Amino acid sequence: MSRKLLIDKVNIEGIRNYDAYRKNGGYASVEKAFKMAPNDVVEEVKKSGLRGRGGAGFPTGMKWSFLAKPEGVPRYLVCNADESEPGTFKDRYLMEFLPHLLIEGLIVSSYALGSGRTYIYIRGEYAWIVDILDQAIAEAKSNNWLGKNILGTGFDCEIYVQRGAGAYICGEETALLESLEGKRGNPRIKPPFPAVKGLWDCPTVVNNVETLAAIVPIINMGGEEYAKIGIGKSTGTKLLSACGNINKPGVYEIDMTISVEEFIYSDEYCGGIPNGKKLKACIPGGSSVPILPANLLLRTAKGETRMMTYESLADGGFATGSMMGSGGFIVLDEDQCVVRHTLTLARFYRHESCGQCSPCREGTGWMEKILKNIEYGNGKLTDIDLLWDIQRRIEGNTICPLGDAAAWPVAAAIRHFRDEFEWHVLNPDESQRRNYGLAHYADPLQTVSA
Amino acid sequence: MDWHIMRIHCKQYQHKIIAQAAKTPKIFAPLRLCEEINMADEKKLFKVTIDNINIEVEAGTSILQAARSIGGDVVPPAMCYYSKLQGSGGKCRTCLVEVAAGSTADPRPMPKLVASCRTNVMDGMVVKSITSERVIDARNGVVEFLLINHPLDCPICDQAGECHLQDLSYEHGKEGTRYEFKRRTFEKHDLGPYIQLHMTRCILCYRCVFVADQLTEKRVHGILDRGEHSEIATYIEKALHHDFIGNVIDVCPVGALTDRTFRFKNRVWFLKPMEAHRDCSKCCGKVTLWNRGDEVYRVTARKNQWDEVEDWICNDCRFDKKRTGDWIIDGPTIVNRHSVISAGHYNSSTKAPKEFLPEVMGGRNPRLLMDIHTVSEVNQPEIHLSKIEGPATSDVFDETDKSI
Repeated sequence: MSRKLLIDKVNIEGIRNYDAYRKNGGYASVEKAFKMAPNDVVEEVKKSGLRGRGGAGFPTGMKWSFLAKPEGVPRYLVCNADESEPGTFKDRYLMEFLPHLLIEGLIVSSYALGSGRTYIYIRGEYAWIVDILDQAIAEAKSNNWLGKNILGTGFDCEIYVQRGAGAYICGEETALLESLEGKRGNPRIKPPFPAVKGLWDCPTVVNNVETLAAIVPIINMGGEEYAKIGIGKSTGTKLLSACGNINKPGVYEIDMTISVEEFIYSDEYCGGIPNGKKLKACIPGGSSVPILPANLLLRTAKGETRMMTYESLADGGFATGSMMGSGGFIVLDEDQCVVRHTLTLARFYRHESCGQCSPCREGTGWMEKILKNIEYGNGKLTDIDLLWDIQRRIEGNTICPLGDAAAWPVAAAIRHFRDEFEWHVLNPDESQRRNYGLAHYADPLQTVSA
Repeated sequence: MDWHIMRIHCKQYQHKIIAQAAKTPKIFAPLRLCEEINMADEKKLFKVTIDNINIEVEAGTSILQAARSIGGDVVPPAMCYYSKLQGSGGKCRTCLVEVAAGSTADPRPMPKLVASCRTNVMDGMVVKSITSERVIDARNGVVEFLLINHPLDCPICDQAGECHLQDLSYEHGKEGTRYEFKRRTFEKHDLGPYIQLHMTRCILCYRCVFVADQLTEKRVHGILDRGEHSEIATYIEKALHHDFIGNVIDVCPVGALTDRTFRFKNRVWFLKPMEAHRDCSKCCGKVTLWNRGDEVYRVTARKNQWDEVEDWICNDCRFDKKRTGDWIIDGPTIVNRHSVISAGHYNSSTKAPKEFLPEVMGGRNPRLLMDIHTVSEVNQPEIHLSKIEGPATSDVFDETDKSI
């Protein structure tokens, strides 16, 4: 049984409301943190080794210590709740069922960073969660956890919830800040980084919902204790939202010590693949990370067992590895078509590109059109090389990571499933009737009547 | 005198004290030293290497500006950056360069290519522009991306000849395209009586948005939609009314925003650019006239060699003053920009005519040619012209004179 720190109390009745939350040890971290100096709170987070849960995995304590602190300039903390990545829905779960956990984490973090105004930028489609959060904020305020002079310490803090307008790109931190300022959600060109010049040109920290919620157990149990959970630099627990061809889709909290195989097949988590099908591929960290075929997913290229940690998932780089990303675990069984799957993702990124910089604006649309041709039996073999060339020229040449996120899935699909693409091109009629099935890595090639 | 009064006294005469300090350097030597150190701080020079060329530039300069101060082939192309527009740049990605060493303090290379227009130089930075294969490859890629949805209608485009995309694709593009799909098209829009918007040609550099934002109040002009479908538009087809809005035509690197008073009137390479000015109550009045014969076909702002305007001009000068009589001609415009348009025009690279005479004379310095008027009696007013017997002949001169 794995250790749960974030969603351990989720089954307690009425935990969404303040009274039940408080009775079960809620807001204890605020009381504890307010007795410490703000810098000590930051030190505690540094000690915990907590890494950003939004996708990039940057150490949170380090991010906090980069925050510029000029005199007379306000600082802001912004919670990135614009969770729009296909396959990722962990923040929604957290905010919907444990709103006070996020509020508690926000108060502690605001205190540590000296942010008097803290914003939650929430995905526009999560309309009902806005009400839940607003209610939680009102309850916290009426119990003097928010507002002026919290707990008599003289620290003032307000939390505001701002809804997005339905753009994936606003999950990128600088686009989020632009959108929060009321502008078009175009990512800014870095540097300057938000830690120096963020919201309204003031120093700003932008953190994911799960990261901020994880501050609560860190303060409660101490950073060093928190760092003991997990392997190496992957400390603490991580929420994973599993979906796709598995018996038990849902949000799971894991301490980062289990293997990928265990996560997919054990009854405690995903519960294996339904209808006795075989595992074909998996995207371990949300739609923008590279897809991995089954043979590379369960074992690394070196033959080691792949663990659910930042390092192990990234083992082998992009050639044979992937990324932890935002924890959207998408499983594909043998009936799934990788070409169609890649087309779906390419369409998503074409639709969500902000259109600011040329490689992403033009390249994502081009990739989608080529993939559409291949999927519907009009492709050529040269199209596969062309796709590779396009993604190569998008990756790394754009303003924000959306260009990379659009390029990686296509690159990984071609890298690992090139035979399936070729089969689509060479058998246009047959590819319309049936799927390619398992590739050579899991099953003998005889199953393919190419 | 107590301290309070003393302080007021000091404040009143502060400027005099400073002036005095300047005159008597000995007494105020420490003060002057401090000032000098401050001056040195302000003009800190950074050593930068761009494509193995060393240069010193002031702190706060972008890599692109540093490369421009070198000039030549190392200058990265820029489609969206415009030095006169605050916040522009970083979007087109044609100016990508490789940073092989970040600075002397931190000599690690930057993992990604960076947009040179928005990255400031550091001391000891080593930049690779045309010497990096990665950069050339990325640039070729960007040009390909920019061209896949471009209509390539140069033969009927007014911008042809002075189009940046045209220049860029000549330098970095391929002869063929790998794009086999229908190109994106938009309807043409008239933004008021003077400007036409041709979104099909647009590369979304955002320059016109910055112009509208920074030169005009209450902007109604910006980007609608996102991604592939984003378009420059005025909010619900509003016309643009502002005295300086005509400048969006000048900043547009392609033929997306065109002058309706000039559309299809002439090709730019048939026109002779001339610098001219007039007294204008709204703007500087310094423009370039584009003539063919006596007729003024169009008026634009004066541009430098990076094709950036020197001063914004108003709509009156641009659209209404189209008679030569409206203007005082200053002289021919030298087109410094490396482009189709500079060919066959007054080019700054034209050399002065070769002086043949010294070569023919082989080092001799004949007085005959140089001093004939001083020798001739014609220039001597005390001699009456009628007394002169005839033109000077060789007899007049002393044959023994070695200087001849």
